[in-house]
Amino acid sequence: MEQQEQQSINPPLGNEQAKKLLYQMLLIRKFEEKSAEMYTQEKIRGFLHLYVGEEAVAVGVMQALRPEDNVLCTYREHGHALVRGLKPGVIMAEMYGRQEGCSRGRGGSMHLFDAKTKFYGGNAIVAGHLAMAVGMALADKKMKRDQLTCCFFGEGAMAEGAFHEAMNLAALWQVPVLFLCENNLYAMGTALRYTHAQTNLELKGAAFGIDSSTVDGMDLLAVIKAANTAVAAIRKTGKPHFLVCNTYRFRAHSMFDAELYRDKSEVEEWKKRDPIPGYFNYLLQQQILTDVDFKKIEGQVELEVKQAVDFAETCSLEPVEELTKYTYSEKQD
Amino acid sequence: MPGQLITYRECIKQAIREALQADERVFIMGEDVGRYGGAFAVSKNLLQEFGPERIMDTPLSEAGFVGAGIGAALGGMRPIVEVMTVNFSLLALDQIANNAATLLHMSGGQFNVPLVIRMSSGVGRQLAAQHSHSWEPLFAHLPGLRILSVGTHEDARYMLAPALADPDPVIIFEYTSMLNLEKELPDSAESIEISKAKVRRAGKDISIITYGTGVYKALEAATELAAAGIDAEVVDLRVLRPLDEETIVASVAKTNRAFLVEDASRSVSVSSEVSARIMERCFYDLDAPVQRLCGAEVPIPYPKHLEDASVPQPAQIVTAIKTLLQHA
Ligand SMILES: Cc1ncc(C[n+]2csc(CCOP(=O)(O)OP(=O)(O)O)c2C)c(N)n1
Repeated sequence: MEQQEQQSINPPLGNEQAKKLLYQMLLIRKFEEKSAEMYTQEKIRGFLHLYVGEEAVAVGVMQALRPEDNVLCTYREHGHALVRGLKPGVIMAEMYGRQEGCSRGRGGSMHLFDAKTKFYGGNAIVAGHLAMAVGMALADKKMKRDQLTCCFFGEGAMAEGAFHEAMNLAALWQVPVLFLCENNLYAMGTALRYTHAQTNLELKGAAFGIDSSTVDGMDLLAVIKAANTAVAAIRKTGKPHFLVCNTYRFRAHSMFDAELYRDKSEVEEWKKRDPIPGYFNYLLQQQILTDVDFKKIEGQVELEVKQAVDFAETCSLEPVEELTKYTYSEKQD
Repeated sequence: MPGQLITYRECIKQAIREALQADERVFIMGEDVGRYGGAFAVSKNLLQEFGPERIMDTPLSEAGFVGAGIGAALGGMRPIVEVMTVNFSLLALDQIANNAATLLHMSGGQFNVPLVIRMSSGVGRQLAAQHSHSWEPLFAHLPGLRILSVGTHEDARYMLAPALADPDPVIIFEYTSMLNLEKELPDSAESIEISKAKVRRAGKDISIITYGTGVYKALEAATELAAAGIDAEVVDLRVLRPLDEETIVASVAKTNRAFLVEDASRSVSVSSEVSARIMERCFYDLDAPVQRLCGAEVPIPYPKHLEDASVPQPAQIVTAIKTLLQHA
């Protein structure tokens, strides 16, 4: 038993798994870059928040989850959706506002939803989804379902009262939630030190009596280990856990951001810690994969991203007569 | 300056600068007003000009900093609290509804709250259901507040000063979709009252009564109607609470027809209230039933064609009024 647990926390990185993780990291990166391009071409509109630089967090955490677990994200969620198993094509179609999109085109970039993969958004009111995550875990507990709820949010969200209420409720009710903070150091243009009097974020979990940990979110293997540990503990105890992943967004907050609040040199410094080359170099050193493997995976990813755009281009707009559809559930007799 | 074009954004910015220069007690606080330069670049460079004591970046804590704004106002300051967009204002609604709006009354007239809250509002940028709210009616429901809606460049430039001079809490709705719009500003600032609606175009056949983004839409429609021989009057409500009933009544008494336009969804809206007031005061002046063109009863969808379909468009105003007058 002990040994089995140890195994699930620190899985041996086989060739196939290594390829899969690299594929996911690259898929997010290239999908995001393509999305930015499609935004400039005005195929995608509204707000577009990119995840470039933060890939190791979504990839590392998502692999620890099971299909029956619930996932809730913010508006910066394309990466999470991709790794969770939503098809790149339906995400792109969603951002094109097409009815073949995962939310029938009604949500756009900020509101990806998918019942099949238990992906509950795409939530655009900061910290608005944290209490919902607690409620979903509460339902699982009451229904005696052996599953957990994973809720992603930024460090900016932790200044909201909603964060504190959700943490307290989860601890009070002892429900299986993984509170996953993606600390990318900025809430739009407001740096961590201007947002939090206590910048050691992990301590905020401890204040509620919630087991808490912090990990280097630029290091995929470290994230995997931390996520597996946290998830194993939640599954065993049914209690919440608070995991802080320290990361950095390489691009602007959204497409409307002139980045007046940080130096280019700071961004360049962080880019040296790019999680993708970081991970691949490890694989090279360990002789798990080769440059040829990398090129091959990169080619597959590029093809998949291209196909996503091609698909979105063929999709259709919902008829305007359906405007008020889904305001209420259709009555079932 | 006459003849010069100015954006709606620049009008708001000039008003804020002027307020900061005029009164040491005035300061701004809100998310990303400083280092980021304002979510919509309205307060760009103000931090450099006035310093962090007067341009305060806050954390994401709407209830906290709106509440603190109320406290600072009680303490003698004149805060301008910026809630980035109306969509986030509900996180602070308790502070607004239970503290700002009630303190004067509950304290038997002892504690007034001279606070200005600005928020950008409305649809039109494909931001989908959680970022496209038109919640003017929600706030206009609350006694104790003064609710202003900035439908023109003139008001964007000149409404802030009287709002700051008001002894009671004032909420100002600004419209994100209008920020880049350029217009001429009237050459001199006539004294702007924040208790009165304003006739933006005089006419004799029908009163189009509206506010916010509806004002320029109605003016556009009125121009087109004029070409068809229909002389429409455009009334900009400007103040959604307390409503300026006299201006509404005078206009309807003159034109004998009322057509109400707003982006907010139709049920329990500002136009519901205006319609009721017209019924109470102008029933015998009316040549036709009051008609309305409002937002659809739906959370705002992301795609452009559905977003457009969920709020009134000038062409619809024109068609509806032509129909109304033919049947009159
Ligand atoms: C309640 C609320 N207030 C303000 C906003 C506007 N806004 C959107 S994202 C954001 C910054 C959030 O920062 P963080 O939680 O750290 O997440 P990140 O964007 O860095 O991933 C702000 C201020 C919002 N969407 N919701």
